Amino acid sequence: MTSAAEQAADRKARRAGWLLSAPALFLLIIAASGPLIIILIYSFLEPGKYGNVEWVFSTDAWVGILYSRDIFDGTYKLADAHLSIFWRSVKLSLYTTLFAFVFGFPTAWFIATRSPRMRTALLFLITIPFWTNLLVRTFAINQIIRNEGVLNTFLLWIGVIDDPIQLIYTDFAVFLGMTYVYLPLMVLPLFAAFDRFDMRLLEAGYDLYASRWQVLRKIVFPVVKPGVIAGSILVFIPSMGAFVTPRILGGGRNMMIGNFIDLQFGAGRNWPLGAALSVTLLVIVAVALAVYVRFANRDNGHG
Amino acid sequence: MSKSIAVEARAARKDYGTGAHTVRALDGVSVSIDQGEFFTLLGPSGCGKTTLLRLIAGFETPTSGQIFLEGQDITADPPNLRPINTVFQSYALFPHLSVAENIGFGLQMMGRPKAEVNHAVEKMLALVQLESLASRKSQQLSGGQQQRVALARALAPRPKVLLLDEPLSALDLKLRKEMQRELKRLQAETGITFIFVTHDQEEALTMSDRIAVMQSGNILQIGSPREIYNHPVDRFVADFIGETNFLTGRVEAGRATLTSGEVLSADVTGHAGKVTFAVRPEQVVICAADEADCLAATIVETVYFGTDTHCHMRLGDGTQIVARLQNAPSGEIGLAPGEAVGLRFEPGALQVLAQ
Repeated sequence: MTSAAEQAADRKARRAGWLLSAPALFLLIIAASGPLIIILIYSFLEPGKYGNVEWVFSTDAWVGILYSRDIFDGTYKLADAHLSIFWRSVKLSLYTTLFAFVFGFPTAWFIATRSPRMRTALLFLITIPFWTNLLVRTFAINQIIRNEGVLNTFLLWIGVIDDPIQLIYTDFAVFLGMTYVYLPLMVLPLFAAFDRFDMRLLEAGYDLYASRWQVLRKIVFPVVKPGVIAGSILVFIPSMGAFVTPRILGGGRNMMIGNFIDLQFGAGRNWPLGAALSVTLLVIVAVALAVYVRFANRDNGHG
Repeated sequence: MSKSIAVEARAARKDYGTGAHTVRALDGVSVSIDQGEFFTLLGPSGCGKTTLLRLIAGFETPTSGQIFLEGQDITADPPNLRPINTVFQSYALFPHLSVAENIGFGLQMMGRPKAEVNHAVEKMLALVQLESLASRKSQQLSGGQQQRVALARALAPRPKVLLLDEPLSALDLKLRKEMQRELKRLQAETGITFIFVTHDQEEALTMSDRIAVMQSGNILQIGSPREIYNHPVDRFVADFIGETNFLTGRVEAGRATLTSGEVLSADVTGHAGKVTFAVRPEQVVICAADEADCLAATIVETVYFGTDTHCHMRLGDGTQIVARLQNAPSGEIGLAPGEAVGLRFEPGALQVLAQ
């Protein structure tokens, strides 16, 4: 049994704990949920003539995600353009995640199996792109792949092609740019997973009649799966919201959700639709992650 | 009837590194291990015993020399093609798999049908008495249990040879003793050739059919535990296996004499000149100071060990001798430091080692 004095001291300590974490909690609540609540409220209002919102309740923005209203007869039609933007976002993000994994897995393995000094140097190199602005890096890719860019000039010069390859302003260019930009986000968690990986398990696998491919599939991959999941999430989420890369490498035509939202708050002057699209993006990402994580964990141990 | 040979290493040499940094881990070792034998590689760390084991397992390829399995040259075969399994020092259990899946892994990789794998796993679980833990993950097991899983996993594919790399070193003393008996039982039940690596001489003596004592990449002596203990070939083996007293002296005209001049009775066949005499502490007998045929000694200190007392003595020339005396029920041996005593050696106890 605790005495009354002890209980009082306990209460005091607990109160002090809350008090000390109050700034962090305050910031979290305001910074995390505040904007979200504002976005949610905006999505149920009417657009103002010159941007901003009219404080009138309306579900038009939500209907507008999937349907567009004919300006002449006022009937609603399925908005193909919106759907293709959603589809492109999901498709490119999945490709980006997949290829970041395909390139990141061997890269992370390579780094993790070097000597400690070499490892530090390589990790340092991986993080160098973070030092420069995303915009600058994306323009660099633009310079390489555009029709008069380094790649096409070179290929024309050596005579492999007669006309420049149209790479820039295609979905492929967007995918290429995003894979390049988000690759480190896959490599780093994979490296952390390989770093913890007990290399002696490889010998145990070979000893028990597993081929190299079986060792990779049955031992290495399942053991580092948490790293794969973390890396995939870190790549997929920003890919879905990407907006600089598709703007610069995809041109105006190959929009992703991010650009579409940007458009609503800018030239489109339809803030409620932009807000509704933002919430939709959030829901898509949340559902995709929930499904992915559940799926990835389910076959754990039965692989 | 001569036993057939399970594993043979012929002039196996292993160098690590290149150029000036070359380290020779194994210096042309040749050894034959019989079918169904419990063979131990014993030596201090860095003696090459683990390297030899890894050559047999196939994790390393020898710089020169060959490895044979039942007469076939397997030197170039990768480990997954050798019907040899290993129990690793760290166990190296697969953390993402259950106990049963760990044990079945080898057979599964060999492409055996599921029913056969399951049957073998059940048999193995029974053999190592872990039936109740089949679905646990390896991190949820104690050290001793992990050890058993590692054993079952390596035995399940019924290898021709089982390699054990210091498998008991991580266990506490009591568990180690238990696992030593268990290993012997498993070997008797399965009839598989065991090659066991250890630096623990007591473990080697209690478990092995034959022991190879290794030092700096060479095998110094191969023999049964009794041969190794009673007839060590040199000072290193005598010192490494058990405790030993060393005395320096000479063999001249078939007579063994200490440097201080006393004559000892020993089998000196084949020895001449300066030699070292070795005698085990339990073969040293303390007698009265004035008794005939005894060496004069002074008690330095006595150390109580429960079952026996170690009595440290000094001879006239300063040589330290330890005698191990079994304790009487009273626990007293009645000797005090500084006391003058005599000592002699049990007949046949004195070994002559070349200098």
